[in-house]
Amino acid sequence: MPSLSVRKPLSKKRRSLVAFFSFAIPLMIWSAVSYLPFIWHPLVKVTEAGSVGYFRANMLVPRETFKFETQKMASAGLEQPSGTPANPLYLPAPHEVGKALYTAFATEPRRQSEKWLHESLWSSIQVIFWGFILSSMLGIPIGILAGTFDFFSKLFEPFIEFFRYLPAPAFGALAVAILGIYQAPKIAIIFIGTFFQQVLVVANTTRKLDPALLEAGQTLGASNRSLLLKIVIPGVLPDLYRDTRILLGWAWTYLIVAELIGTSSGITWFITQQARYKNFDNVYAAIIIIGVLGLFIDFLMAYFGRRFFPWKSI
Amino acid sequence: MTRLELPDYKFQTERVKERFLRLKRRNITMEIRNLTKTFQGIDGPVTALKNINLKVHKREFVCVIGPSGCGKSTLIRTLAGLEEATSGEIFLDDKVVTKPGPERGMVYQEYTLFPWLTVKKNIMFGLLESGATKSIAESEARQWISLVGLEKFENHYPSQLSGGMKQRVAIARALANQPKVLLMDEPFGALDAQTRAKMQVYLMEIWKNIDITILFITHDLNEAVYLADRVVVLRANPGEIQEVIEVPVPQPRNPSQFITPEFLATKHHIETLIHPIEQVNEADNLNLVRMVNVASDIGDIF
Repeated sequence: MPSLSVRKPLSKKRRSLVAFFSFAIPLMIWSAVSYLPFIWHPLVKVTEAGSVGYFRANMLVPRETFKFETQKMASAGLEQPSGTPANPLYLPAPHEVGKALYTAFATEPRRQSEKWLHESLWSSIQVIFWGFILSSMLGIPIGILAGTFDFFSKLFEPFIEFFRYLPAPAFGALAVAILGIYQAPKIAIIFIGTFFQQVLVVANTTRKLDPALLEAGQTLGASNRSLLLKIVIPGVLPDLYRDTRILLGWAWTYLIVAELIGTSSGITWFITQQARYKNFDNVYAAIIIIGVLGLFIDFLMAYFGRRFFPWKSI
Repeated sequence: MTRLELPDYKFQTERVKERFLRLKRRNITMEIRNLTKTFQGIDGPVTALKNINLKVHKREFVCVIGPSGCGKSTLIRTLAGLEEATSGEIFLDDKVVTKPGPERGMVYQEYTLFPWLTVKKNIMFGLLESGATKSIAESEARQWISLVGLEKFENHYPSQLSGGMKQRVAIARALANQPKVLLMDEPFGALDAQTRAKMQVYLMEIWKNIDITILFITHDLNEAVYLADRVVVLRANPGEIQEVIEVPVPQPRNPSQFITPEFLATKHHIETLIHPIEQVNEADNLNLVRMVNVASDIGDIF
């Protein structure tokens, strides 16, 4: 079967091959830019300074400057500098980042007060966890109520509709003033960023439940309470679960802003700190770790989703 | 060609006549009195149902048939309490009903089984709602499952069943509440012809064996005449009763009766009621002239 047919699934073998390339292609482009000097490499890494006064070994200079100085030295009959083409510091090669994925965890922090990478990560995961759990504990029930009863929809949704346009980071200063400078204001930002969207998304999902199921329930003698607890909730649960997976992704994007509030902490602190030291390989490593962590959690949730809702996958 | 000479559909043999007499002596399970239902349409109010009066006797099988848009579904939904009547009343054993309730079971054309519950738990749903304990509900559900012949599937989810099996579960689920009336809104409309025929036999079998009164909506003439004691023919715009026909085909029914004179006569009569000859819609006629090139030479297929 051809690879491109409209809305036809690929064979299992071909599907995993294509999925492999989805990661392999970006990696190949990155490798090409890093290892093939003729693609980009706008700088020259000086290996020997020669007679150029301000050149030092391992210094990065623009290609044009290097050429200019080389010509100048040649015409003056002085010792010419030597160097190899290089990419800017902010684009480390894959193998450097690969190494950093290990060394970032193994390297001791520069100062006593600073945290190891795994400690930073753990702090981030806690902020996400609490922010998202608190938001879901309130947001999912309110969303279900709003999606089921017009009364609650009209009571909650207009205000929430207004509030969700207020950017969560704008509450940063307020959160610090009220909740202090440590974890609490960060959790609050995640909460604000997630909660209002969550109520609206959950309410919409709840409204999509087939009304015929509710009617069937009524003709079987279900009370209002039973309609909610035994039909609406089990009926929308798989879709709510899917919504939650998507919303959790949004929570991660708010994490980066949240962690800059008060005392900078967590993975964001690690990234900004490493960027300050110009350890860009560590920066990439940290970003990749966030991606891998997110993907891992999503896989985990997808796996449990199939366990929780067996009637969906059959 | 000779035209079939059909008897008058009103002619009943002694046996059939006696059965109808017996039937009419039974209690009235459901009575519809002056039921009218209007909707607010775009160009003012639309009368979906007008002055519907009907008495359904205990253990009677009544089919409602009519052209599309005659308010068949509105009628059954109002009877189920899912829609409010604009005026008029519905009595169930002499008590007025306005809200949905378990004493009027409903089976829809779309499958409305709860997808997250197994066959057994779907059937237990109404029993548990009416306050039965789990063990009683479970044992009763098992009996209903065996009545519809799905013992092997009691722990399957609806998505694992065929269309006919789903409707059997839906019927069992409605009957498990022991309703007085079973309301069926084109329940076999989505099934293929073969499954539909099987389901009709099936339903007759269930109807014969348990104490249930059935009001069945269909747009299929054969189905109506085959299943019903009486057929209620509706007219569209406004939806009102055109005629209530006592089907002269003797009970118990079997598929060989499809070609008996009285069956064909009844069917033919309903056909003329639903599709009167003079009412040919202009829009329904294909403008064949435009479809062929004038110069092309098209041979006569006959």
